[in-house]
This record gives sequence, structure tokens and C-alpha cells, in this order.
Amino acid sequence: MLQTKDLLGLRDISAGEIEELLDLAGQYKRKVKGGEKKFSVLSGKTLVTLFYENSTRTRTSFELAGKYLGAHEVNISASSSSVQKGESLIDTGKTLQALAVDYIAIRHPMAGAPHLLASTVNASVLNGGDGMNEHPTQALLDMLTMKETFGSLKGLKVAILGDIKHSRVAKSNLFGLSKMGAEVWVYAPKTLIPVGFDRLGARIARSREEAIEGANVVMGLRIQLERQSGGAFPSLSEYSTFYGVKDGMLARAAKGAIVMHPGPVNRGIELTPSLIDGDRSRIEDQVTSGLCVRMAALTLLSRYRENKGL
Amino acid sequence: MKRILKGGDVVLRDKVITADVLIEDGRIAAVGGKLSPEGCEVTDCTGKTIIPGIIDMHVHLREPGFEGKEDIASGSLAAVAGGVTQVCCMPNTNPVCDNAVVVNYIINRAREVNLCKVRPIGAITRGEEGESLADIGKMAKAGVVALSDDGRSVMNSNIMRLGMEYASDFGLKCLCHCEDKTLVDGGVVNEGYNSTLCGLKGQPRAVEDIMIARDICLARSLDLPVHICHVSTYSGVDIIRAAKADGVKVTAETCPHYFILTDDIITDFNTNTKVSPPVREERDRQAIIEGLKDGTLDCIVTDHAPHSKKDKEVEYNLAAFGMSGIETSFALSYTYLVRSGALTLPELMCKMSLAPASVLGLEGGEIKVGAPADLAVVDLEEKYVIDGEKFFSKGKNTPFNGYEVYGRVCMTFVDGDIKFDNKKV
Repeated sequence: MLQTKDLLGLRDISAGEIEELLDLAGQYKRKVKGGEKKFSVLSGKTLVTLFYENSTRTRTSFELAGKYLGAHEVNISASSSSVQKGESLIDTGKTLQALAVDYIAIRHPMAGAPHLLASTVNASVLNGGDGMNEHPTQALLDMLTMKETFGSLKGLKVAILGDIKHSRVAKSNLFGLSKMGAEVWVYAPKTLIPVGFDRLGARIARSREEAIEGANVVMGLRIQLERQSGGAFPSLSEYSTFYGVKDGMLARAAKGAIVMHPGPVNRGIELTPSLIDGDRSRIEDQVTSGLCVRMAALTLLSRYRENKGL
Repeated sequence: MKRILKGGDVVLRDKVITADVLIEDGRIAAVGGKLSPEGCEVTDCTGKTIIPGIIDMHVHLREPGFEGKEDIASGSLAAVAGGVTQVCCMPNTNPVCDNAVVVNYIINRAREVNLCKVRPIGAITRGEEGESLADIGKMAKAGVVALSDDGRSVMNSNIMRLGMEYASDFGLKCLCHCEDKTLVDGGVVNEGYNSTLCGLKGQPRAVEDIMIARDICLARSLDLPVHICHVSTYSGVDIIRAAKADGVKVTAETCPHYFILTDDIITDFNTNTKVSPPVREERDRQAIIEGLKDGTLDCIVTDHAPHSKKDKEVEYNLAAFGMSGIETSFALSYTYLVRSGALTLPELMCKMSLAPASVLGLEGGEIKVGAPADLAVVDLEEKYVIDGEKFFSKGKNTPFNGYEVYGRVCMTFVDGDIKFDNKKV
């Protein structure tokens, strides 16, 4: 049972809550894969996606999750809204409140923005990614795919390679996976490892090989091509040479290891094309998991709202 | 007019004595046991403590230009409510206080308001842009007591050097806000475990330390004095301590938030915790207290930085830097330094009054015969809970809401006149 009005991150939720989310998401996944896409959990309710950053996967899957659950669904992009006219986040929240919105999925470039919104509105806020803070539904979907592959998360070694510093995905995965008993290893240029990441529970590998050695999951994270992640490495070619995951490296991983990536992938930079498209890849399955995790999150929040009479 | 403060515990430079304080013509005429109250207005101070009026040498009064955050009237009232009798106001107003006209405006406006003494600080560079020197001589003549580009560093080391040299011709010191803007890289909090935990961009201690070291290098090389503002890092304290031991003419200040808070408070995104330099870690907090104890840090100031709700009720990254602190500095400092045993009360008052007066060459700062009767009467036993919404300042932005403190300011006298009486508010 989720204990909060909102789903803001995995930092503050318990292993039991994660377990429940994953179980329900798994149930939805079996149904959706069987062609069942009409549910009435959110019938008569309204979901707004409020995105201050671009997104294909996250936004579409929140949108469809709402629709499959029977909610009215509206999208707001920062570029086409009053935000462009300088409206503050709190005022936008008040406007949505006045429109009797029940659920808001928000993506925002700044850490803590969903928390600010959540404290302003009665609606339940789902964090679809806030700056360098968290992306809880992404981590949940990653965990769902892992759990379905391995049966349990306990004892798994998960190696995450890429821009760790700017990644809310790495952080939410670290919080979630640690709570579920998995071990998270990261590898990246020193310039892309955030200070104190080890104190948050991550193991910092000294080489690609050490990270991948015996790993059950090898996850690549996107490098910001446009800005070389803030000038943190000299060139993409250097990155790919010294930090990218190459075809042969998977031989060091555990038997049955899988390859994951939250997307969008830079082919040949973080992972080679043959890893992305190979039989070890779960990248497409992750997308399906994403839909189902968001359905589960909305469902559990709706139960919380019912119990509290919201 | 004569006034006598009867029977209070009077904080002198090195001790506390129970005595009467006689005020005549705005000055302290006598301090001693059982002075005759004949012909005097009598204020009973039994059970209370009389401290020298606080001299807060680092305050943002925001006027002219940002009156939505604070103005000279509200800021002065907040000051006297905090036992502060003299404030030095920073020049990052709009227009910037980089010329005599703005200096005169502030002085005249403060005279009309007539609460605390307001001593303007002029900008080192025109527009605080770090490119060319402001009208330092004319501002000196108009009455500035120091120079600072507070809010930022003068990044060009040659301009800083020229500023320090030129200022010395007029007997002025540069007060250095130390922040290497090439290293900040958008950091809004201390870089460390907590910044990573909550995904807020951090800035390393080196952002501050590099500029502390540079300004100390300039002071050493030019043999001129320099004053380091709002020290927040353990490593900054070390740099200053070593420089002092080497005979560099460096003085330094810190603020209550640096010896009370750590960055544990940032993780729920409360924008009232956002301040520049940022609050750091326990190691730094301990070092700041140690620096106050061993004299490395000379002064306690507030860096009172009032902001309106609209500047703070936004995303953390967008929120303004700064804390409203002038009304709580005595109680917080007394509670967290004196009651904790780190400093004695006379030592604390030296940090808050005498040392700032001495750094800037201001009159006042201690209770002695002949000094201006700038005093505050405080109740050290009165405990209360800080509530920013009750501030006189327009800036309600305190990270200390809910903190239980001791040391209520009861009355504040400036030149012998009552400027604040908490029974009458």
C-alpha cells in the first residue's frame, strides 16, 4: 500500500511499497500483452501530463497508462502553455487544481519541482523526472524487467555505465535496487561520477571490466551528445573508446546477463549496435514495462486517494 | 536628557558586572554600582542583561531598487528589533551603490527613518561588474565605511589589486565575497553527499577557498588589509588562520547559519535554505566554531538577505540566494555559542560589536564611559520559538523556523534614545 499522495521518488519509499508496485505492474503486463487494454480504475478521473522537457517514451506511456485505465487525459507542454508567458510552477498548479485535475505527471529540468507542485495541489503528483534528482517510474520499470528476467532482484549485480552524474535514472535505480537487495556498480569518467555516490550505496568500478564482471544486468545511460555532458570528456570518440561497452565485454558478465538502456540510445557510443539489437537486449521490453509500471503507480495512488477520501 | 539603566548585568569587554548605566547626551556617562537616579528617566533592568548594540557589518537593506524585499525603514526596524544599532549595507542595490549620489540617498533616507545607524558600503567596481573602479574617492567623501562587490567576486585579479590599492588611499578596506564564478558551474548548494542525494547541483568548497586564497595573496603582496566575508568552509578557516600567523593583515567574518546549520537541511528542497556561500557539512560547522574560538574569525555578521515570497516560492534552482537573519542573530549566536560553552558572553559581544567596529574603524562597539549609548537590553532566560512570519523585516525567509532559542531582545537604544521596546509592539 503506497503511503503517500504522490510518487516523487524512490528515496523515501519502502521495499514493501516497491514490491507492491512491481507485483501489480507485472499483473498489468500480462494483461496488456494478452491484448487487454480497457480498465476502469481511473474512470471519471483526470490525468494531466505536464512536461517541461522533451520526452517520447515517458510521456507517451503516462498518457496511454491513463487512457487504458479509463482516465480523461490532457497534455501540457511548457513550450505551448502559460509557462512561456512566465507563469510560475505554483500558479500553474493552482490552475490545474481549479480544473479539478486528479493526477499530474510532471517532468521538469530542476530537482525538487515535483515536490513543490505536490505541496501546492490536492492532485497526486507523479515524478516523470526532475533534473538530476529522480525518475522513479523509470527505475521501477527497469526493476520490473529485471525481476521478470531473473525472478527476484535480490543478489543481482547491476552495472550502470554512462553519464551517472547527470542521471536521475541511475539515482532512482540505486535507491530502488539497493532497497530490494541488489548491488549497483557504476562506471564512467571521473568527471561524470557524482560526489558521494558511494556513500549512497553504489560501488564505483575502476574499469569497464570490473563493472561488467559477473554482472546480471549491463545498463547503458545516455551521454548528452549535444554538450558532451557539460564538457566532461574530450570527444565522443574518446568516450566510446575508453568508456563504451563493446561486444566482447559481455563475455565477462554472468550467464544469462541482459542489456538495458533507458533510451534514447546513441548507437555505438554507450553500447554497440549489436548489443542494442542482440538477443540479450531488453530495451524494447523496458518500454512495455514502463507502461505497466505507470498503470500500477496510478492504480495504487488511486487506492490511497480513495482511502483518504481525496 | 539623562537616563539610567538600573541593576542590569552589564557586558563589558572582558567581564559581566551587575551595575547601573548612566546615559547623558546620547553617551555613556558612567557605569557602576548604585548610581544616583536623580533627574534621570529610569529603566529597570533587574534580571536583564545589557549588551553593546550589535554592529552588523554585512546587511542587505535592498533600497534603492528592491523595496519589495526590504527597504531602509523595514530593515532598520528589523535591526533594532534584533538589538542591532549599526548596520553596514551592501551596495548591490538598483542602481548599484557605486557613486556618491546613491550613498547620499541611503544616508539621508536612514536619517529620516531614524532608527539604527546605517553605514553604506560602496561598490569596488562600477555596477559591481568587475571591470573598472567605481567612484571610490567620492563615495569615501560621502561617507561609505568600506567597499565590496558583495554577491560576487571581482574576478579579474588586476582590478581587485587596483581596487585595494586605490581604496587604501581613502582609508577604506575591501570586503571580499569569495566565489570563483568560473568554478561554480551552476552549483546552488554545497557539493557533497546531500547534493547528490537530492539532485541539486553542488559547488565545491574550492569555489570559496580559491578566492579567499587569492585575496589573501593580494593583501600579502601589497601589504594592505583585506576582510573576508561570510566564511563557510573548514578549508577557508585554515587558509585564514595560516595567513594571520604569517602576519597578513586579514580579518574575517562568519554568520550564524554557518555555525549552526549543515547541508542536511537542503534535502527537502526548502528554498529558505538556499544561501551563498551554501551551508556545508558538520566538519565545516565545527571548524567555523573553532575559528571563532581561536580568533581566526573576528566577526559575526548576518548577511541579512531579505527576499519576497515570490523570490522564494519557486523551484530551488530559481530561488534567490539569501536568508533573513538580522532579527535572530543575537538569540541564535547566544544559544549556539554561549549556552553551548564555545564562547563567553563578552567574547560573543566582541565578535558582534567591538570587532566589526575595529575592522571598519567605527565608533562604538563596547560599553564604556564616553562611548555612544548604543545598547540593547536582553533577557537571556527568555526562551522563544523563531517564526519568520513575525519578523519586522519584509523578508520572512529564515531557515530557522521552529528553532527554540534563548535571548529575547527587550529594548534597543541608539545614542541613548529608545528605538525598540518589545513591550510596545
